[in-house]
Amino acid sequence: MDLRLTPEMEAFRDEVRDFLDQHKDRYAPGAGVERPREAAMEWQALLIDNGYAARTIPKAYGGYGAEPDILKSRIIAEAFTAAGAPRGFANQGISMLVPTLLEVGSEEQKTRWIAPTLRGEVVWCQGYSEPGAGSDLANLQTKGVEDGEDFLISGQKIWTSTAAQADMIFCLVRTELQAPKHDGISYILFPMTTPGIEVRPLKTMTGSAEFNEVFFTDVRVPQSAVVGGRGRGWFVANATLKHERGMLGDPNATEARFAALIDLMKSETVDGQRLIDNPVMADRLMQLQARLMTMKFNGLRTLTASLNGEAAGMAGMVVKLQGCELNHQIAALAIDALGELGVLYEDGPHLRAKGSWQRNYMFDLGLIIGGGTAQIQKNIISERGLGLPREPKLAVV
Amino acid sequence: MDFSLTEDQRMMQESLSRTLAEAASLDRIRRFAGDPGDRGADVWAALTDFGLPGIVIAEEYGGLGLTLLDAALMSEALGRAVTPVSFLGAVLAPLALRLAGSSEQQSRWLPRLASGEVTAAVAISEAVAGARDGAGVTASGGKLSGKALFVPGGLGAELLIVADTSGALHIVEGGAAGLTREIMTGIDLTRRMAELTFDQVAAEPLTGGQGGQGVLARLRDAGWVLLAADTLGACDLMIEKAVAYAKERKQFGRVIGSFQAVKHLCAEMAAELEPCRSLVWYAGYAFDAAPEEASLVAAHAKAHLSEVSRFIARTATEVHGGMGITDLLGLHFWFKRVGLNRQLLGGPERVRALAAQMQGLTA
Repeated sequence: MDLRLTPEMEAFRDEVRDFLDQHKDRYAPGAGVERPREAAMEWQALLIDNGYAARTIPKAYGGYGAEPDILKSRIIAEAFTAAGAPRGFANQGISMLVPTLLEVGSEEQKTRWIAPTLRGEVVWCQGYSEPGAGSDLANLQTKGVEDGEDFLISGQKIWTSTAAQADMIFCLVRTELQAPKHDGISYILFPMTTPGIEVRPLKTMTGSAEFNEVFFTDVRVPQSAVVGGRGRGWFVANATLKHERGMLGDPNATEARFAALIDLMKSETVDGQRLIDNPVMADRLMQLQARLMTMKFNGLRTLTASLNGEAAGMAGMVVKLQGCELNHQIAALAIDALGELGVLYEDGPHLRAKGSWQRNYMFDLGLIIGGGTAQIQKNIISERGLGLPREPKLAVV
Repeated sequence: MDFSLTEDQRMMQESLSRTLAEAASLDRIRRFAGDPGDRGADVWAALTDFGLPGIVIAEEYGGLGLTLLDAALMSEALGRAVTPVSFLGAVLAPLALRLAGSSEQQSRWLPRLASGEVTAAVAISEAVAGARDGAGVTASGGKLSGKALFVPGGLGAELLIVADTSGALHIVEGGAAGLTREIMTGIDLTRRMAELTFDQVAAEPLTGGQGGQGVLARLRDAGWVLLAADTLGACDLMIEKAVAYAKERKQFGRVIGSFQAVKHLCAEMAAELEPCRSLVWYAGYAFDAAPEEASLVAAHAKAHLSEVSRFIARTATEVHGGMGITDLLGLHFWFKRVGLNRQLLGGPERVRALAAQMQGLTA
């Protein structure tokens, strides 16, 4: 145990802090389901130029081209959180498609798609889940029927965030109809403007449509749009689901939310008493702080394992489960602390933080499910981590 | 940046576990639990051979001169084996002498503590966790009067470090006139506690070094970390036992560990406990390396491990079905061990209230 940074890393941290300090007036968040606006795209370009976004993506594909260095990535993440600066884009194109293309894409695919995706010029959506293929994703039924040089794709996807804004989709399609279920899937890229695609917004309990349903009717897509080979889609997609799970357990984002919760409890009052001075509320806050610390140190431990080229094992497997739950609980306490103010929504003079606590509380439930449900995570922990046997498969009648 | 244990630390912990497998087998624990007169002298002798009594004592006094993180790793192994010794005094008494003892007091006690020739206990429950049943010790003219409750290892210790109601610390010898010690029988039969009654007992104040409340807070923080580590080890073992049982016990023609209802209980225990390991490591590390953070992390380690352990003790028992509650299985030794750790030096609510205060969130 030695958490001191080397002088070289301290210098790097200072460099990041200086950068953030000098560019305060250019902060422009690009997150969320909207297409990035111009200011956000400029901020993103500035981050890429300085190595704070797309850091390890080769220069030839529009990245910064640095060697992977987990510690530096961590220092960047912490400095951004501390400064309250918006990170680079973390949309599905960047966090899932780009790593996939780098791993298994053809040279032509990499050259064509990575750079504009990083800059925010091309927005992607992910076509994985279907009404009958959730946790059992490999059961997906959207079919691609061979027709000359093309596939004719028909079927339905669901939980497709940003489908309404997206230019392109990376989509899992069953192209090898006779093959066993895991071997019949291809990972295909095509424009959302292709004839035969219909997008219907899927409104959730938050009141917004963070997701969509996407319907395909004889959508004609060239076979050359397959990534990683026909019938290999299951393995291509699995390689990137890892990235999604990692994204959902980021302690820096949770830390920022917790800091906002403390501010809220120190500034809001009931009958003139600060919420933090209510012992029950303070107790709940401290319980969450303990969990936050636990996750943070667990993150440092898994980071060290990665630096040493070791597998993080159990410490890594629990991140998504614990991280998503903690985010949800932080929002829950904020709502309880606000009391009746905490159930206001949408707009109005008494609404706090634009209703973001309420929205997060509801939206986080979706994240507990997305990227592998809590139950699937528990299967993984118990089977891969603890060595318990798999549930026997039902005999096919 | 390195958030991991050194090879030496890992080896030392494994080595202690091997020692304990011999010296503190479940049979030995049962005999200890059944005989209130048993002081576990053979177990202490094995631990003395190992060097454990001198773990945080400087090498010049014959100790190993290691850090609180090292002591916490030992505590974890002791909790794992529900070892019938009170380790708290073996770390906190030398620490009190180091922080507030005169050089004369240090050279009088530390070598004998390091060699295991004398054992020590700390009576700080009232000062840290609050006074119950009118307990509390007052100091006047070099004499102590009053009562101190819940002193682990206090029945046989030759050296007692006692906090008075003002938080000042005193050295009392085990054989001092006017001192009576009675057993406080608790649920955890692997560590016995004493009730100490002082009637004008001669005491030496510990006033060297920084003295006063600062030293008491350091003892409290170290105690919190050690108890959290003991709980971590006990929980680890409970999960191990539950998982092993789930792999072996069959019902409906299948091992019960293949039912999701059971395997998810196991996964939940592991998911709760695994991040705690990192918290305990950091709390141990911070005590020596980052003193400004030490109290808060120690508090969270103590309180959080207490909560997690309650869940694990209950769930591991449940995974064992009816066997879980039997004396024969023995899981209850671990169940009760973490139960005592939870309350010693303050239950989670009290500790969290202090955690909020120490970062200035509440008055």
